[in-house]
Amino acid sequence: MLLVLEQTLNGIQFGVTLFLMAAGLTLVFGIMNLVNLAHGSLYMLGAYLATTFFQRTGSFLAAVALALAATLVIGIVVELIALQTLYERDHLDQVLATFGLILFFNELVAIVWGRAAIYTKLPPWLSGHIELLPGVRYPLYRALVILVGLAVAALLWLLVSRTRLGMLIRAGASNRTMVSALGVNIRLLYTLVFGLGAALAGLAGLMAGPIYAVQIGMGEEILIQVFVVIVIGGIGSIRGALVGALVVGMVDTLGRAFLRPLLATVLSPSAADSAGPALASMLIYILMAAVLFFRPQGLFPASAR
Amino acid sequence: MADALLEVRRLVKSFGGLIATNRVDLEVLDGETHAIIGPNGAGKTTLIAQFAGDLHPDQGTITFAGRDVTALAAPARSHLGIARSFQITSVFREFTALDNVALAVQAHAGSSFAFWRPARADRALRDPARAMLESVGLGARGDVVAANLAHGEQRQLEIAMALATRPRLLLLDEPVAGMGLDESQQMIRFLGSLKGRHTMVLVEHDMDAVFTLADRISVMLYGRIIATGAPEAIRANEEVRRAYLGDERAL
Repeated sequence: MLLVLEQTLNGIQFGVTLFLMAAGLTLVFGIMNLVNLAHGSLYMLGAYLATTFFQRTGSFLAAVALALAATLVIGIVVELIALQTLYERDHLDQVLATFGLILFFNELVAIVWGRAAIYTKLPPWLSGHIELLPGVRYPLYRALVILVGLAVAALLWLLVSRTRLGMLIRAGASNRTMVSALGVNIRLLYTLVFGLGAALAGLAGLMAGPIYAVQIGMGEEILIQVFVVIVIGGIGSIRGALVGALVVGMVDTLGRAFLRPLLATVLSPSAADSAGPALASMLIYILMAAVLFFRPQGLFPASAR
Repeated sequence: MADALLEVRRLVKSFGGLIATNRVDLEVLDGETHAIIGPNGAGKTTLIAQFAGDLHPDQGTITFAGRDVTALAAPARSHLGIARSFQITSVFREFTALDNVALAVQAHAGSSFAFWRPARADRALRDPARAMLESVGLGARGDVVAANLAHGEQRQLEIAMALATRPRLLLLDEPVAGMGLDESQQMIRFLGSLKGRHTMVLVEHDMDAVFTLADRISVMLYGRIIATGAPEAIRANEEVRRAYLGDERAL
């Protein structure tokens, strides 16, 4: 039972990480109609930069702030240099160009940090455990990741649904010609939204750093799962991204933890040993296929498209 | 009538082999309502899009209020005072009518990128938006989601949004298209009430609307302006009759 609780929390923690990634990706796709495969690179850069800043400054919080600012700036620079010319092109061109960006960033990271994975240590004040119930302990850092993720989700919801920028974002998603006819500088809006998405990906990456290994390719690995999230949640929808991310995070984590023992109750132990992990890693794709079959537009399609 | 507010010189725009705008010269005088008529495919919407900055001409110049705006994009022209409505009704369907107009007010409020400010509670946006809805006769419909407004109301809303940007020149692309008789009569009356207060360019197929509203009419055919003049002169113009109006027994 304790294990179920712990794994559920791990599922939520993985889910909010996916959400931070998915929110930026789905906004960029929903508003600019841009498929950005390089979103995972910003996740990777967030992790690497935070690691380095932590080593240099010795302060975890300073590292977080610096890495966030850096990914925001990198996102804006990438948008200005590489992506602005892609909005009018078709999706295949965008996929090719942003795939090129992945190769570029992977190579850049190899040059700067080397090819070996980096394992970061948490500062002492974050490495303890909290007691959820008497006798039930959970890593403090993972609990914080969950809190930060949910807080960002709430802030993002406020931003999009309540503020001036949010009104523009939603209007831009539904009719960009008209937004610019009203006098809104849509280019600036795009740059801002892309920078925001980049900073969210950076946040996801820097928080994931101390939990998983910081290495080249970490961005692509999570990117595939993020696309699953977006397809399940509905393209362009923040709410869909949140629900999809939590569902995928839970299904993936719980599947990996419990599918094998569950199968062992009905299959022979050796069959369960081989089928369990294989099936567990397929679960989210099976889920995506089911969603596509029954609700091709996703669980919460954005109202505009 | 004084100077030209909008002055277009030798404008050319082609799409592949199709010359949609063929050396167009046009002057829209300050304060006038200038209708552009012509059969489908004559290039009227392409022309309007170049005035608004949604399309850029291959050659020629567009001067607005004495300033060459040919190279300016749509948002910059909007800030200089050019507003437009679209042939296909363009409102933000999932927003309420009031939100739609408030967005247009916000776009011109200057501090548009004070982005953290709450939009819904901001009286600096809401009050002018409400007044504008009031003035187009949608005062009671502010809280209705735009998608649920009647077609005619959506078109009124679109014009309210254009007016909320406080334009000097209003470009209207078929404002009465797709309306029933009552609705279109109402829209014509409404546009008539704007006459004189706003300079308007009106692209329209509905001859009733054109001859009721226009001070001057330009006739387009195959990307060219074949005649410009007062309504009576256009009605009497032989070339126009042959090319276009001849089919329209409504005259």
